[in-house]
Amino acid sequence: MRRYVSFRDFDWTLLLFVLLICAVGVMQIYSATLNTKFAGAHIKQVYWILGGLLAMFAMSRLNYQALVDNVHWFYGAACLALVAVLVVGTKYLGAKRWIKLPGGVHFQPSEWVKLVLILLMAKFFHELRHRETNFVDIAKAAVLGAIPMLLVLRQPDLGTALTYTPIIIMALFLGGLQFKHAIVIVAIAAALVVPVWRYGLKDYQKHRLTTFMNPEADTQGKGYQSSQSIIAVGAGGIWGKGFAKGTQTQNSFVPIPQTDFIFATLAEEQGFVGAVGVLLLYFVVLMRLIANAQTAPDRAGAFVIMGVVAVLTFHILVNVGMVVGFMPVTGIPLPLLSYGGSSILFTFLALGIVMNIRMRRFVN
Amino acid sequence: MLGRDEKIPPSKLSIAQYAIVATFLVLCVGLWRLQVSGNEKYQAQAEGNSIREVDVLAPRGQILDREGRKIVDNYPSFTAFVMRDRVKDLEPDVDAIAAGLNVPASQLRERLRKIASRPQSEPLILKDDLTPADVAFIESHRNELPELETITEHRRLYPTNGFMAHVIGYVSEISEETLNSDACFDCRSGDMVGQSGIEKMYNDYLKGKNGKRRVEVNNRGKVLRELGEDAFTAGKNLKLTIDLDLQIAAEEAMEGKNGSIIAMDPNSGEILAMVSRPTFDPNQFAVRISHDDWNKLITDPAKPLFNKAIQAQLAPGSVFKIIMSVAGMQEGIAQNLHVNCGGGKNFYGRFFKCWISAKHGAHGDVAIEKGIYQSCDVFFYTLGEKLGIGRIAKYAQGFGLGQKTGIDLPQEATGVMPSEEWKIKNFKQKWYAGETISVSIGQGAVATTPVQLMRAISAIATGGNLRRPHLVSYDSLPAPYNDKYREALARYPEKGHFDINPQNLDVITGAMANVPGPLGTAPSAHLEGIEFAGKTGSAQTISNEARKTLKGAEYKDNAWFVGFAPRRNPEIVVAVLFEGGEHGQFAARLASQVIKAYVEKKRRTPTHVAQSPTAPIEISALWSAPDADSESGERLAGGRFNIHAGLPKRRITSAPGVN
Repeated sequence: MRRYVSFRDFDWTLLLFVLLICAVGVMQIYSATLNTKFAGAHIKQVYWILGGLLAMFAMSRLNYQALVDNVHWFYGAACLALVAVLVVGTKYLGAKRWIKLPGGVHFQPSEWVKLVLILLMAKFFHELRHRETNFVDIAKAAVLGAIPMLLVLRQPDLGTALTYTPIIIMALFLGGLQFKHAIVIVAIAAALVVPVWRYGLKDYQKHRLTTFMNPEADTQGKGYQSSQSIIAVGAGGIWGKGFAKGTQTQNSFVPIPQTDFIFATLAEEQGFVGAVGVLLLYFVVLMRLIANAQTAPDRAGAFVIMGVVAVLTFHILVNVGMVVGFMPVTGIPLPLLSYGGSSILFTFLALGIVMNIRMRRFVN
Repeated sequence: MLGRDEKIPPSKLSIAQYAIVATFLVLCVGLWRLQVSGNEKYQAQAEGNSIREVDVLAPRGQILDREGRKIVDNYPSFTAFVMRDRVKDLEPDVDAIAAGLNVPASQLRERLRKIASRPQSEPLILKDDLTPADVAFIESHRNELPELETITEHRRLYPTNGFMAHVIGYVSEISEETLNSDACFDCRSGDMVGQSGIEKMYNDYLKGKNGKRRVEVNNRGKVLRELGEDAFTAGKNLKLTIDLDLQIAAEEAMEGKNGSIIAMDPNSGEILAMVSRPTFDPNQFAVRISHDDWNKLITDPAKPLFNKAIQAQLAPGSVFKIIMSVAGMQEGIAQNLHVNCGGGKNFYGRFFKCWISAKHGAHGDVAIEKGIYQSCDVFFYTLGEKLGIGRIAKYAQGFGLGQKTGIDLPQEATGVMPSEEWKIKNFKQKWYAGETISVSIGQGAVATTPVQLMRAISAIATGGNLRRPHLVSYDSLPAPYNDKYREALARYPEKGHFDINPQNLDVITGAMANVPGPLGTAPSAHLEGIEFAGKTGSAQTISNEARKTLKGAEYKDNAWFVGFAPRRNPEIVVAVLFEGGEHGQFAARLASQVIKAYVEKKRRTPTHVAQSPTAPIEISALWSAPDADSESGERLAGGRFNIHAGLPKRRITSAPGVN
């Protein structure tokens, strides 16, 4: 059986496009951090990418089916880690998101929970493959997703918690969610809006949402990040200001330009053409992933890949949507493009699992 | 073990694909909306963010005297400031900065605290007018204290010790009201504008046009790059009619006294010197006057900001008798009037004293000449009685009393020349004949400014030619300023004429020439070899009613003198108000100092015919010297000498403190 698993079946095309996006990211990080105290971040990003590639290859060697089989252990560990964050986590910028490990490494469990959740959903619906999904199943899936989500919300980290929802929604959709169930879910969600707004959200989270609704009310205060990002994108025009020539980027008007707002700097310096070009790269990657889902050896594999697709699409939608002013400021990075180890490692590990599934497509 | 089983239906994957396509289309629309449709708008906003226009302040024009000597100049001054949003960075370094800039740390902290709520982009001034040591401190700490910034400004350098302060005026930062008024369409906050004197009157001419520097800044307002500069246009230099040599003489004469001296060319109306005391230091305003200093200036009972030359409205006293004399002679009354002065006389049932009675004397038989040089009150009481207030007012008004002269300085006072109509209009009361008697000697309701009184005497001295006194000749200004300023004062005619019979004039000026002489009221003001005429006056400072309310305070009489030289075809007229000077003679002495300076300067000035030689001239001489041994008691002696010709005094090249 093992001899059928070969790197010949590795999705090299997918990897090519992923690396193209990474390359654009490294260049844009260089430009965005030029003359700031973060200068040199692009080099670190290259190391993260190399680390990510290693992780990806390592991941592709494992049997995803074994991972799926044992996901309940990972899930338990993940939930424990999230509880640990709340108890012994490091507080930074008003939120406890990290655990300080020996050696000065900061570990952010909420990022890895995504991966666990993808595998968990795959297993859950894989086991339901022989019958119709009923309402109890849906409720079970929702509870499984809700536990880590609530723990992350307690940190508080609304942005990351939100990234769990597309995984659950995608799983429910593929798992045979019926139309009537969908209506009930939407109704419950709608009923929850008011209590969540009143009791569930922190002030700064409400702040961001109200600012998003009306960013021009106070451009110097609340809406500053959003409006500066919009100005940067708009000023880019069709062809852009040129590499390292955007005034919004270079003169530090774009907030956190190397991470959350990297796409704004890209849009300013490379223009509409560059921005749409990068979106096309993402599109190719996503389509390629869906093609792999189609050829997955089993239902669990397809679920895993589609879970990855859902997370990536959600990140792109929320991040680019935020940059162009369609979405509130949430602090969700753009996969592969934004600077940051956790995001890069997560994405490459997720791709590793996809490769793993693809390489086993002929395995019986 | 999981096995291969039912796959996900391809339709669901297609739906996922469509959903992704839709998502990407929405994002592309968002990009299109901003980058293609909204590009222009956001481009402008991005520029507004990054590109700042910084004013490059234009230096104001210099103010020069009639010979081009500097009275007011500029000097480069450095100001230390921090941008409001960098105050946080500054806080730990307050003590170091306070020590380096030599300001108390507590004061610095207080300022930082005060501006905590001001807009982000506002600069906070830490210290104005840095000393070279301060600048060196900032330069050498660029790296440790990057938030500390400096700007250079051109500040006004005014003469020291309040020299000519009232004429010059001062500049200060534009006020909120001026900034918001309609008249001020191109003003900007922080502009320095003239607030009084010449600085205010000729602000437009002096101010120049600020340049603009386009710079690229980052989100903290730090300048990253220079993008270009529109050079400023410096303000134009303004030449006054003031003669520094005479101004210095007048300032010296007035030193330590209160009052005013004005000197004018009676033929043109050019003001040659103008002094008011007490004075103030306009340099205080040039930087940033402290609240305490300002309060001290405006609450000082001596009113140092008040230009007495044009704003003091006081009884002219006996100087008014010259107007009386002209009126009397022109009306044909004074020529034949002979009065016996016994120290006073009764009019309308009241006894009016002559000043001589205070010295236990009387003037005896008095005609017009003696009336003038001895300033006999009884003579003018009688003349006034005969003329009546109507004719007195007609002549006084004809010579401009009770009217603004139209001098090119702001806030000139009007003064009062009473008449029957004036009294009815202002007091709804009939004129009493007794009031005419007081007015005849320049008391009662008559109030004139020194410049007004000077113009009246100047007109009489030149045979009736009234001139608008001025500090700037409009013909010397380039268009359009010449017409603009001329128009601004158009309701004050530059020239006027009031006919005086030359014979009458000769009698009056002849008598006036005796005033600073052995027969006159100001013998100590006599100038040997200079034909100098004038009239003294000693006037009550305040009305009797005011004296009652200010009981306990002692108010000495004001001494006046208005004189001119030479007596015929005068070249200079000088008015002196010496407050608390008690007797006109003391004012006359001050006037004589200025006239002496004028004549001496004239005599020193080399003519074209005889250029003063620069090299010493060698001469030989032969003379007899006393010699006890010789028979004649004398002996013949001889020798060679070098004579150093040229100017005896060091020439003045600029106002004091302005080099």
